[in-house]
Amino acid sequence: MFRPFPKRSRAHRGGPGTQARFPKCRVSWPDAQISGVCRARYAWGIDSPFGRADQFEIGSREGETLSNTAPLLSLKDFRLRFRGQDACTIDRIDLEVARGEVLCVVGESGCGKSVTAMALMGLLPEGAAEIPSGTLSFEGLDYDLTRERLPADLRGGAMAMIFQEPMTSLNPVFRIGDQIAETVLRHRGGTRAEAETRALDMLRRVGLPSPEARLRSYPHQLSGGQRQRVMIAMALANDPKLLIADEPTTALDVTIQAQILELIRDLQHEAGTGTIMITHDLGVVAEIADAVAVMYGGQVVETGPVAQVFDDPQHPYTIGLMESVPRLSGAGGRLTTIDGAVPAIEAMPEGCRFRTRCAFAAPACAARPALRDVGSGHATACHFAPLEAHLRVAG
Amino acid sequence: MLAYFLRRVMIAIPTIILISMFVFSLQHLLPGDPLLVLAGEERDPETLEFLREKYRLNDPIPVQYLAWVWNALQGDLGTSFRTNQPVTELIAEKLPVTLQLAIMSLIFALAIGIPAGIISAYKKGTVTDWAANVVALSGLSIPNFWLGIMLILLVSVKWQLLPASGYVPPGEDLWQSIRTMLMPAFVLGTALAATLMRHTRSSMLGVLTSDYVRTARAKGLSERVVVLKHAFRNALTPIVTLTALLFGELVAGAVLTEQIFTIPGFGKLVVDAVFNRDYAVVQGIVLVTAVGFIVMNLLADMAYMLLNPRLREA
Ligand SMILES: Nc1ncnc2c1ncn2[C@@H]1O[C@H](COP(=O)(O)OP(=O)(O)OP(=O)(O)O)[C@@H](O)[C@H]1O
Ligand code: SF4
Ligand SMILES: [Mg+2]
Repeated sequence: MFRPFPKRSRAHRGGPGTQARFPKCRVSWPDAQISGVCRARYAWGIDSPFGRADQFEIGSREGETLSNTAPLLSLKDFRLRFRGQDACTIDRIDLEVARGEVLCVVGESGCGKSVTAMALMGLLPEGAAEIPSGTLSFEGLDYDLTRERLPADLRGGAMAMIFQEPMTSLNPVFRIGDQIAETVLRHRGGTRAEAETRALDMLRRVGLPSPEARLRSYPHQLSGGQRQRVMIAMALANDPKLLIADEPTTALDVTIQAQILELIRDLQHEAGTGTIMITHDLGVVAEIADAVAVMYGGQVVETGPVAQVFDDPQHPYTIGLMESVPRLSGAGGRLTTIDGAVPAIEAMPEGCRFRTRCAFAAPACAARPALRDVGSGHATACHFAPLEAHLRVAG
Repeated sequence: MLAYFLRRVMIAIPTIILISMFVFSLQHLLPGDPLLVLAGEERDPETLEFLREKYRLNDPIPVQYLAWVWNALQGDLGTSFRTNQPVTELIAEKLPVTLQLAIMSLIFALAIGIPAGIISAYKKGTVTDWAANVVALSGLSIPNFWLGIMLILLVSVKWQLLPASGYVPPGEDLWQSIRTMLMPAFVLGTALAATLMRHTRSSMLGVLTSDYVRTARAKGLSERVVVLKHAFRNALTPIVTLTALLFGELVAGAVLTEQIFTIPGFGKLVVDAVFNRDYAVVQGIVLVTAVGFIVMNLLADMAYMLLNPRLREA
């Protein structure tokens, strides 16, 4: 049976502003025990007694002033469609990263985070996907993504990337030192000896033990965490202006994850490298982000400074996402997840793509909600944002 | 690494012993008195007595085997009753001819098969890929003898560009030697090129989608470096192994090709020996070929190890 919108009829029973909606909530807050800031805040229209900050320590950047000039990178109206598919896997997204800023892109598996990163780096396989619209501005230059990719001169130079798979991302038949030196030679030129000095320097900076010996090691002689350090060394070897890190810690042991994350943050901070950090770990976001973009089904549903988005999430998906973070402290300690799964691309609904799973879905949601500003750079793509207004009526 | 090499050699030794047993048993498996098998049509009582003594034919079979091995180890594989030449001498005379043919064919095969495989993998699903596959398939399905005869008719008879047959030792006249061998090597080489191309293609296809190739692209390297250095270097391992294993195909192909171009090589020796029931020669040939095959396998193993840092460092 083909049901493109399996949950719509249920969600339909209550539109926003009607009381009947609440007991049917998918992101079910009012009937459960207090488990999150946003629920309390929305349900009673008051500020929460539990600040977000007591769960996540939001990384602050005091004493640092970000320049107000044009952003380092901005992606506008980007759509991407894989060959043989009707719907766009990435459906009109905008992203912006300021110089030295860390933008975290979060969202469930399959929401298009990696595809977007690949498209930014110009790494999508030729002919696999079609780009109906999209402009990339990077360091003041515009690239029309419908016709061109990021020039190879920038790849690995001004824009570098770290991948999710440290075990397989290094070439097994070449020495570590040669692999780092290769990217240095490609972008900075100079002699082989200079490139090797740089490689050694980078291995030191990423904290690899006995870097001199490691220069001559092959990837299989290193652990996953060490290989990811090498990948970081390679990515940062040419002092990129923008670093894209696609779930750099997901494949690693939990104990190593924090170290690698810290390393990226420190090096990024030190060099003022603008960073796009892809993750589905909100703990990571709280740890290192300046700004956050929440993606769902190939759309950006909420974006803004991390403090705003975390303290005052506006999109039902973001709220659900935060609810599903396991808590170690505070009341509850339980795990709420958003019901259902992301529909396959063929079953993606028109309009708001979240509406097959949204507790607040209403007929109006068949039209795509625009990303609207809800204050101080915080924007959300929901017809009913800010939700508080509606919830107050409900309460 | 040395340990690995020695282990490989250790494995090869029992194989060689088994093969020698098989080759030895040929004379006993064949109908008739082994003495007559060895002697061929020679019926001179003195010769018969000499052979009986040399191969200890009155002793139990294990003793006969050891006597045979002992002789073989000293380079004595018996005498061809047809030419009365020692088998070792016959083989030593014909082997270089075939070796030249094999090497030249392999050069053709590698020069055609590998680039074609790389290109068709890189252009997977395009017209280029399709065309390369069609050509490869025809290369596999066109019989060598047909291609050979066609080439002789066109190149030698009609255009008179290259000699149609024969053999000139490279020591005598290198240029003429290469010219004479060009067509046979091409005929044999194209058949191998097709196999090689298909293996290169599938090996490259696996590697081109790997994460480290993506990393190479993320470094901004040119496609040429990405494909020929980062991808091909990894695809090489199975290709080298296969090339060594093509040896068998090469020998079989050489037998036929030498017949077509009337080259007085190893293949011709085989065919003549089999038709004349010159068993001593057949035995010698089987032994030399089998040992050659094992050596090629050993070389393939070595190459595999040298190409793979994981094994090399171990
Ligand atoms: N080459 C491709 N052809 C068709 N569909 C693809 C291709 N690559 C990715 N997709 C689809 O695009 C969607 C987004 O994939 P993507 O890898 O960007 O997800 P993600 O957000 O990075 O998820 P994860 O958290 O698991 O890494 C997925 O539904 C995936 O199936
Ligand atoms: S616009 Fe989307 S997120 Fe907002 S209520 Fe409708 S379905 Fe839910
Ligand atoms: Mg991903």
